[in-house]
Amino acid sequence: MTIPTSSIEQVIPGQGSMAQPESGKPAKAKRQRFRFVSNRKAATGLIILAIYLLFAIIGPWVAPYDPGARGNDLVQPPSGEHWMGTTHLGQDVFSQLLAGTRSVIFVGFFAGIVATVLSVIIGVTAGYVGGKTDEVLSALSNVFLVIPALPLIIIITSTLENAEDWLIALVIGLTSWSWNARVLRAQTLSLRRRDFVEAARASGERTWRVIGFELLPNLTAVIASGFVGTVIFAVLSEITLAFIGVTSATTWNWGTILFWAQGQQALAQNAWWWFVPAGLAIAILGTALSLINFGIDEFVSPRLRSAGKTKLKTTAGQTVRMRIGFTPVLSNSPEPHTHARPTPVLQKEVAP
Amino acid sequence: MKYFLQRLAFYLFTAWAAITLNFFIPRMIPGDPVQALVTKYQGQLSSQAIDSLYVLFGLDKDANLWQEYINYWKQLFAGDLGLSFTFFPTPVSEIISNSLPWTLLLVGITTVISFFLGTGLGILAGWRRGSWTDGLLPVTTFLSSVPYFWLGIIAIYLLTGPDSFFPSSGGFDSGLVPAWDQYFIPSAIQHSLLPALTILISSVSGWILSMRNMMVTVASEDYITVAHAKGLSDRRVAMSYAARNALLPNVSGFALSLGFIVGGTLLVEIVFSYPGVGFQLFQALGASDYPLMQGIFLIITISVLVANLLADIAYLLLDPRTRKEG
Repeated sequence: MTIPTSSIEQVIPGQGSMAQPESGKPAKAKRQRFRFVSNRKAATGLIILAIYLLFAIIGPWVAPYDPGARGNDLVQPPSGEHWMGTTHLGQDVFSQLLAGTRSVIFVGFFAGIVATVLSVIIGVTAGYVGGKTDEVLSALSNVFLVIPALPLIIIITSTLENAEDWLIALVIGLTSWSWNARVLRAQTLSLRRRDFVEAARASGERTWRVIGFELLPNLTAVIASGFVGTVIFAVLSEITLAFIGVTSATTWNWGTILFWAQGQQALAQNAWWWFVPAGLAIAILGTALSLINFGIDEFVSPRLRSAGKTKLKTTAGQTVRMRIGFTPVLSNSPEPHTHARPTPVLQKEVAP
Repeated sequence: MKYFLQRLAFYLFTAWAAITLNFFIPRMIPGDPVQALVTKYQGQLSSQAIDSLYVLFGLDKDANLWQEYINYWKQLFAGDLGLSFTFFPTPVSEIISNSLPWTLLLVGITTVISFFLGTGLGILAGWRRGSWTDGLLPVTTFLSSVPYFWLGIIAIYLLTGPDSFFPSSGGFDSGLVPAWDQYFIPSAIQHSLLPALTILISSVSGWILSMRNMMVTVASEDYITVAHAKGLSDRRVAMSYAARNALLPNVSGFALSLGFIVGGTLLVEIVFSYPGVGFQLFQALGASDYPLMQGIFLIITISVLVANLLADIAYLLLDPRTRKEG
């Protein structure tokens, strides 16, 4: 549903993480192992994701109530007893949210893995082998790219009776690999004519070894960002399917909560606690994953990093705004300038 | 021209693939779905409908798969998508042709507005990096992660009510009959404002992000430095040099992400009970109305393909390099 936020396609590899600066003295070449984590966006995203993963594991055990158990307090606002209120059957919304985390995370990651594996196989093969194979595989991924994925997923899952989580994840994974395959193909194309790949081929390495040991390590960032993007899409799709009631309502996920809230007129009853937490949980998870993707993008292409403080004072007391890729130009006006312009002052000096 | 023909051939191929997929999906259902449906409707289905169901699900013992496939195509070219169960015996094509204009107007107009608005803001955010526009990014990230339908629910909760200007559901006042007159059109516009706003808010952020990143990448090209050195105004460099080049990947991105957007907007229709294709799909799902579901999938796919073709033509006009070939 969202547009893939990664701009990795446009980035030239070999300028970012992949270009390891060669240092004369090995002792000085201190490699920062966790440079990726030191990116503030990526770190925030990873921490939030870790919390979600934790609740995916322990959620059903720490939930204060059985998510399906009925109670006597019907449609109650949040209180000390029910932190996020109750539903029309007296079920505890907080417990449903906790118990649903596992299904959401499972489907997201499983679909992400399926789609990533498929996209690596198809994208890298198309890019590396080329020729007729490339044409066929590219046409295949373009077809899947253009066909609207969500309606297709809805149609397929609606024909499956009471689909389990893994089956839904499989359907989502099988239909959403095409974007990553396209990006990977473009990257492979630009990598395959590089010297180190040619050298590996010339020294007689087998195709699978060239792909596995020369190409794939250089594609890590692209693959990772594609994986994260697919997880976002898969989570949104699963919740959507549950929300419109296509999948069975017996396993809890956040979409199921919203399904019941919508079906039982939670809006008309002013029961905001019924649908607000689930939506926020989705939005925060999505934001965390997008942040990780920004981190990967900025890691690969340092240009995209936020510029930070850009206004500087020169010794002459003028303010200059620094911008990456621009040469700051000083003029006589106190306003910050970053481009040259014919200064009228100069002409005045000539005139008299 | 060669480029255009290539694209056209590709879309025809995709349409064929989608139709073939649509043909095979109901044949994957295990068991006898027709019998299940007949039991479910308890004699409400006529024998003619049951026969057509068997043909639809590929359970017609008299015909082999290839013949069925040929028949399917013949039916399609005749504009026959079968009969709907929910609105029996209305043909699916009639239901879709009633609801399609609603979706096309709502989604079409909002998507185009969202593209231009997002691209404009993206140009600004990419060009003026390090200023207040950087604050746009966290907000847009959050908004693009929110599911469309949930935003719709929140909009209904916050903005509608007995005395509110915004109606909470439907496409027009229940007392009106669809017509091109002074009563119906204002009512239809009033009803579409909130769904349109929801789609706009959640889809605009994607354009902002991709345009910003492209602007940042383009801004360090040599021709931008040259343009600055020539003493052109900042505005001119930003619009005619940077933005024009940054726009191209965004236009092709527009075509590719249409499928995602359409999927999301269908859900907004469901939340607002808007009389478009998405709401029909929702009703069809609830009633296991397979002919209607498949018809809607087909129409959505073909609409997206046509929109893609239009985006390709726009690309052709924007990028002279594609015109030179052939």
